[in-house]
Amino acid sequence: MRTTRRTLMRTSLATAAAALLPIPLHAQQSLPIRRPIPSTREEIPIVGLGTWITFNVGDDPALRDECAGVMAAFFEAGGRMIDSSPMYGSSQPVVGYGLQKLGRPAALFAAEKVWTSSATAGPAQIEQSRRYWGVPKFDLVQVHNLLTWKPHLQTLFQMKAAGTVRYVGITTSEGRRHDLLEQIMRSEPIDFVQFSYNVVDREAEARLLPLAAERGIAVIVNRPFRQGALTDRLKNKPLPEWAAELGISSWAQLMLKFILSHPAVTVAIPATTRVDHVRENLAAAAGPMPDTAMRQRIAAHVKAL
Amino acid sequence: MSEWWTYRPEDFLLFSPRVYWRLFESYNAALWPLQLVTLAAGLAIVLLIAWRPGSLARWIALILAMLWIFVGWSFLWNRYATINWAAAYIAPAFFVEGALLLVACLLNALAFDRRRPADWIGYLIIGFALLGQPLLAPLQGRGWAASEVFGIAPDPTATATLGILLLARGRLLPLLLPIPVLWCFLSGLTLHTMGEPQAWAPAAALALVAAAWIWAIVRQRRSPSPA
Repeated sequence: MRTTRRTLMRTSLATAAAALLPIPLHAQQSLPIRRPIPSTREEIPIVGLGTWITFNVGDDPALRDECAGVMAAFFEAGGRMIDSSPMYGSSQPVVGYGLQKLGRPAALFAAEKVWTSSATAGPAQIEQSRRYWGVPKFDLVQVHNLLTWKPHLQTLFQMKAAGTVRYVGITTSEGRRHDLLEQIMRSEPIDFVQFSYNVVDREAEARLLPLAAERGIAVIVNRPFRQGALTDRLKNKPLPEWAAELGISSWAQLMLKFILSHPAVTVAIPATTRVDHVRENLAAAAGPMPDTAMRQRIAAHVKAL
Repeated sequence: MSEWWTYRPEDFLLFSPRVYWRLFESYNAALWPLQLVTLAAGLAIVLLIAWRPGSLARWIALILAMLWIFVGWSFLWNRYATINWAAAYIAPAFFVEGALLLVACLLNALAFDRRRPADWIGYLIIGFALLGQPLLAPLQGRGWAASEVFGIAPDPTATATLGILLLARGRLLPLLLPIPVLWCFLSGLTLHTMGEPQAWAPAAALALVAAAWIWAIVRQRRSPSPA
């Protein structure tokens, strides 16, 4: 593009105006790194928002507003993917409440799951989930915990072909049934796979992560802090001095950077009820990432504690 | 589900302790001052048992029946099920217990007319359910607003029922016991998974009931049978 005196003037004025805007300090942080979804090359921020336990607050109005606040901070910090499931109690309507309150942010990447042992009940459950969220359609629907996976995957592939869902995936957690997951990753044309991976539970590094990279499958990492157990275990230990090289200020950020620095990982989805934590998580998605040597150092250090 | 064995209790704990206890706060606030009525009903049951008037025994079953149905509908179905989908499947068990107690009322099938050595265990369990359980919330820093009250919350209702059944005799007892036992087991497991110290409460109630029944059976076998 040619730079004319007029465009230069416009840019200068825009920059000056932006500098005068009362932008909060947390909004000035770097935007999260994005990674492509291999099947389409669409880029998404590498930190998403999980809803397991944290968004299951029932009809409690104060806690629903708290969740909406977490979602607001998430979008403000550049987040996109929110992940939920019919298994998560009231999390789906609470997500829907938050989205409505926030004016249905256009950035949303809606990731849901189908979780029913009935082979034929999948479409009705997905439709019910969609109503809870109040979205026209889901970006991603995954078969939850491999439950009745064959018929549900066929349903999802049909929905993708019909344009009612953009991506198809499958999930597991806590290192469960990796053999079957691997078999599905090799045989089915899925876009996403979701499993647990963290600085302590590294089984996925052996086969699942390399296979995802080889097969062009996007990876969502759940339970990055072992449902808070890792952060609880480390909260009274000092961060190693060398962690400063990564520009981080907490164990949670160090553990997130460990996960996100694996080249096969597309998104990690930590769940939280706190606005400061969601900002901290998104901040870990920006700035320097650990190299191979640093990753080994992090894992060895945490293991030794 | 073909892979049930790979799941642990933690996988089914879908809510945080904070959300669970706030549920009791809002529930209590919505029902206040009904707690005073249900607590008075519990005390009335104790008095009826202590007096042992045969003709009024059926009222104990009737009061318990109404409270089981109320707790199943009001707490499990309307409240707890919003954060724990499994509660929608447990609520019918509370309705069944209520129905069984109604049958016991209609048939006058429960009697409290005999004194037995293990009676004190029954009174101890009822006393804890009526007066001790509501204190657990303030003692653990959650405040009175989150108290679990007999006839309002499931734990003290099930625990007190176990104590009452321990003091009773009648042919319906084998049918009336399993659901309160099952609830105490499930509640203890949930509280334990949540890391809540008061998981000991339903566990202790179950242990006491089991000890009392075993004691009664052993005594019965040791006593000389008529020639």
